[in-house]
Amino acid sequence: MLNSWPEGRVREQVLQAKSDDVKRALQCDDLSPRDLAALLSPAAEASLEEMARLSNRVTRRHFGRTIALYAPIYLSNVCTSDCIYCGYATRSGMKGERHTLKESEIHAECRALASHGFQSVLLLTGDAPRVAPIEYLARAVEIAREYFASVSVEVYALDVEGYQRLADLGLEGVTLYMETYHKETYAKVHLKGRKKDFNYRLAAIERAGLGGVRKLGIGALLGLYDWRIDGFWTALHAKYLQKKCWQSAVSVSFPRLLHTPNRYPVEGLPSDREFVQLILAMRLFLPEVGFNLSTRERAGLRDGLIPLGVTHMSAGSSTRPGGYASCGEQTLPQFEIEDRRTPAEVVSTIRSAGYDPVWKDFDHSFHGV
Amino acid sequence: MEKDRLIIAGRSFGSRLMVGTGKFPSAKALRDAVIASKSEIVTVALRRADLSKRGADSILSALDPSKQLILPNTSGARNAAEAVRLAEMARAAGLESWVKLELTPEPKYLIPDPIETLVAAEKLVKAGFVVLPYIQADPVLAKRLEEIGTAAVMPLGSPIGSNRGLKTREMVRIIIEQSNVPVVVDAGLGAPSHAAEAMEMGADAVLVNTALADANDHAAMAKAFALATEAGRLAYLAGLGPVRETAEASSPLTGFLG
Repeated sequence: MLNSWPEGRVREQVLQAKSDDVKRALQCDDLSPRDLAALLSPAAEASLEEMARLSNRVTRRHFGRTIALYAPIYLSNVCTSDCIYCGYATRSGMKGERHTLKESEIHAECRALASHGFQSVLLLTGDAPRVAPIEYLARAVEIAREYFASVSVEVYALDVEGYQRLADLGLEGVTLYMETYHKETYAKVHLKGRKKDFNYRLAAIERAGLGGVRKLGIGALLGLYDWRIDGFWTALHAKYLQKKCWQSAVSVSFPRLLHTPNRYPVEGLPSDREFVQLILAMRLFLPEVGFNLSTRERAGLRDGLIPLGVTHMSAGSSTRPGGYASCGEQTLPQFEIEDRRTPAEVVSTIRSAGYDPVWKDFDHSFHGV
Repeated sequence: MEKDRLIIAGRSFGSRLMVGTGKFPSAKALRDAVIASKSEIVTVALRRADLSKRGADSILSALDPSKQLILPNTSGARNAAEAVRLAEMARAAGLESWVKLELTPEPKYLIPDPIETLVAAEKLVKAGFVVLPYIQADPVLAKRLEEIGTAAVMPLGSPIGSNRGLKTREMVRIIIEQSNVPVVVDAGLGAPSHAAEAMEMGADAVLVNTALADANDHAAMAKAFALATEAGRLAYLAGLGPVRETAEASSPLTGFLG
């Protein structure tokens, strides 16, 4: 995938796109990678409103006027990698307690989230297989299934057997961001640990598919590298996964690096307009793919994006282990969230936008366990 | 038309329009559409419905089981075992033992898996379910399912949610011609004229969802589909004239010969 669209070719397509290329892309039902490049280009900025209208129509046809809700539980902030943009990194310089939830604490966190109505949860850890080994993840999935219809994980890259073991326990989804698809940048920002292995990480999400995981979530951290190019590669990755793991549903997240440790000031952060352009371009290229938007983004922007292509939103999130019930504000957060509204407030906003908030979209009966 | 009722598994229905419940923007929008459609069979995805909290669930709370048969569907199931488990779960939770069998292992176009559908249908029929399988418009598969004992067959008009209409027209025509069980054209019917077209061909019923959920006025679109379904049925019963390439005078040109 990356071989047939090397950086030079993508950059050329994106930078040379003219308004005629954008117009042609907007008239297509089935967009080619060239059309996607045109929609990601500076030339498409003038067509943002038209892209928004089309994106609204396409999303409505595939997903209806619904927004599915989920929330994260950070199981552990212990991390042996040193990713310079991340609060959890060994040398991030961020203050706060390192903690890995005990079983009783996982129960307490699940109970607290479920009491808001959540039926879909995302379990996260840092990159520390010794502190949170596969056995720990398996137990966490089992516990979470007592409280939620759907359980997903966002953890360090596993092998096929690891994913299969979790899938057999009833895990529905795996989210794993490539962070950046640009090899040189990847090497520059991942200083230490197993995560340095670009190829092992790139192939991880398809290993999850091979292991029987039904939902595969990908994304690039927006701000690490040129968002137009990383966005393009993310979209191609999604298409690749749809063919390779044909029984799994692919979703894409749009994590913008709004907050980073002091040692890594972000230079290439997409502006709000550019961020929206990216989501709209991706929606038109990937009409049937779920798009996730987290509380990293502020309330006003999230609300504006409800009709424009987003299909899944988190709400009331804490990025600290034990942040809902067990540990208060002592533990180190991965990043600061912007949208601090309660789940009930987010639900009420979704309703006023004319959308149905969906809590449940999976059932334990799919699994025999 | 009074006596022209749809009979499935010995049960009689006054409407030949079935409605799906996904993608609606609110419980009220769904309720308005269902009422205006006059539909008596409404299908609900078991993965979406929260059977433990029916009053709070935005789909179940919008329906009236005294007026509509709640037809649970197994959408999202990737193989026969999953579909069977979902159906058993619904029955255990108190829903009627009817099931719309949806086995769509491929999440992009939601094309049904014929092999797993056949396996699941056989198990569910044996377990006492009234089975309505969603299938590709495959006449042989339709016959195989009929032999197993499904109560109907539900061939697709075009991929779910695509609004493209009856792209499978030729195969649907053969299914209708050969079937001894009701044929319900499901999926892809995006406009009332598509529903009318299927009914004119002799389909026993149609199922619509996206076209209603995505309309600006859900109730008006539901009514439009109800009228089109009825019109198509009436035309089928009345006997449509053959389609001709050229104009043909209604009065005989050789009448003068006596």
